[in-house]
Amino acid sequence: MTKPRWSQRSRSACLGSLCFLAAIVPGPLTAQTAPAPAGNHPQPPAPASGLEAHDAPNDAGRAVDLKWSLSPEDRPGAKRVVHYYVERATKPSGPWAVVDSVPAGTSTKSDQTVRRDTNYFYRITAVGPGGTTAALSVTGPVRASSQWVNTTRASVLVFSAMFFAFVLYFIRSAEKGKKPFVRRIAGIDAIEEAIGRATEMGRSVLYIPGILDIDDIQTVAGLVILESVARLTAKYQTPITVPVTYPIPFTIAEEMVKGGYLHAGRPEQYDPNSVRFVSPEQFAYVAAVTGIMLRDRPAAHIFMGSFYAESLLLAETGFATGAIQVAGTANVHQLPFFVVACDYTLIGEELYAASAYLSGEPKLVGSLKGADLMKIAIVTTVVVGCLLESLGIHALTLWMTTQ
Amino acid sequence: MKRELPLAITAAIGVFMILSFFVPHQAVSVPADFLQASAIIVVAFGYVLGGANVLRVNFDGIYKRQPDWPYKILLLAGLIVTFAIGAIDGVEQHGGFLDQGTRSKWIYDNLYSPMSATMFSLLAFFIASAAFRAFRIRTVEAGLLALAALLVMLGRVPVGDLATHWLPAPARLGAIQDWIMNVPQNAAKRAILIGAALGVMATGLRVILGIERSYLSGEE
Repeated sequence: MTKPRWSQRSRSACLGSLCFLAAIVPGPLTAQTAPAPAGNHPQPPAPASGLEAHDAPNDAGRAVDLKWSLSPEDRPGAKRVVHYYVERATKPSGPWAVVDSVPAGTSTKSDQTVRRDTNYFYRITAVGPGGTTAALSVTGPVRASSQWVNTTRASVLVFSAMFFAFVLYFIRSAEKGKKPFVRRIAGIDAIEEAIGRATEMGRSVLYIPGILDIDDIQTVAGLVILESVARLTAKYQTPITVPVTYPIPFTIAEEMVKGGYLHAGRPEQYDPNSVRFVSPEQFAYVAAVTGIMLRDRPAAHIFMGSFYAESLLLAETGFATGAIQVAGTANVHQLPFFVVACDYTLIGEELYAASAYLSGEPKLVGSLKGADLMKIAIVTTVVVGCLLESLGIHALTLWMTTQ
Repeated sequence: MKRELPLAITAAIGVFMILSFFVPHQAVSVPADFLQASAIIVVAFGYVLGGANVLRVNFDGIYKRQPDWPYKILLLAGLIVTFAIGAIDGVEQHGGFLDQGTRSKWIYDNLYSPMSATMFSLLAFFIASAAFRAFRIRTVEAGLLALAALLVMLGRVPVGDLATHWLPAPARLGAIQDWIMNVPQNAAKRAILIGAALGVMATGLRVILGIERSYLSGEE
């Protein structure tokens, strides 16, 4: 059997490659209509039309929004159009560069590769099995420019301003001596009880400030509570162990524990080894902390912060050791695990309220009252929104839709 | 001054970052992006402190012959060897120490990943033991929880719908579990999320305004 020559074997592949190159290489090659040879071969599709190009609103001048009418031959099942090329040039005469391709049936695209304050011209080329057809006209010039205000976030601005006003008002009134009432939160009261129990048993307290970095606000809340917990452990002369995942929370946790001992008037009792940097890796951290639970047998475990899959691994191991456990997180998917495995659980906002509650400082407690008032405003908005939607009025919903 | 300066910096940058949420203009967005990217520099220094802490705590444990101290030797050996190999690979690969074929990649694939997966797989056993406790019916609320859980679990497997296919569509287990998940469960979840979001804002505001200042340590 004779081995086919290279040219015979590769002819069809070469033709395919040329077609492919014709499709991807920017410039005049793709800009031309490329009809397939006559005969049984299909013809190129009819062009797309009506291209509109606008500067994307509410951004820093980083996008141009495009919208066009599909090729008349772009119908479901027709297979006359495979995709469209979005082409761009800085002059109406070209050279044209392919920005992106979108599948058949798509009539919008946001070009996010533009330079700010540069004029661009666009055109849409329909591509089908029979070849490519550029649009009959080009659209432009259009230029992406930066805006000063994101108008879609007006509702967020209004609600944030309201919230800040409420909080500042109650902080101010607390400063004048009008301390607001705060209901008892059993989970926070249980923290002192747990530390007292550890003291009675002569064992340590284990405090876990979540597994995320400082850019997560739950970690901030967990670290703020740590200061109050350290103050209590210093008062009762009970050792505390704080394993931490990330370096920045680690340095802050050191400061918190040190501060707690200082405020309790016992700075000399601060143990520099009490705060330990472990690992940012989730399950390496679990291994280390469960090791501490099983080796050192702390009598109280306090989990305050952001938790994921490790929540149950830690809480169940802690449950098995017989320690009293108090947890607090705003991660709703982990709450059931903590509720099952811990003695007390702070749910959602209670985590953020804990530091104010523990410190009892009027200014901090005042901020809780502001949040309560805001909840009333949100509930009212939800009820009004439901009523308006039921009546077919969408103005409020549209105003509250953000980008 | 030792406290006022950090508080002033926190307040200024906090307000600026809030502003960047509402102002997309490059005069605000570019410095805001730069500030966020700069955090990596602080984190890099933080790792030095963290590494030093690991060495100190574990050398101390070995020196004092704390319980299970031989494991601390293993941990330190692992830390030092991994760090050294990573540094050598980093130099050889021009920073790509986790590229295919490097020793660091081998350590990651053959030591770290299996150990991590082992820890994760323990979750199945912990879920079983926790579920056993959670579904013990001792109060009316616990009874409701157990009933809801039973309906959801049965409704999510084909046998649940098969066993109730003779009932009208809304009374089938699949539809009931959909209702439980979409209505009461979702309502409770959203209530928690709204409360937590307000808590986030309140905490942020307290930090920006300098009312919450315990992170600055106790020194006045």
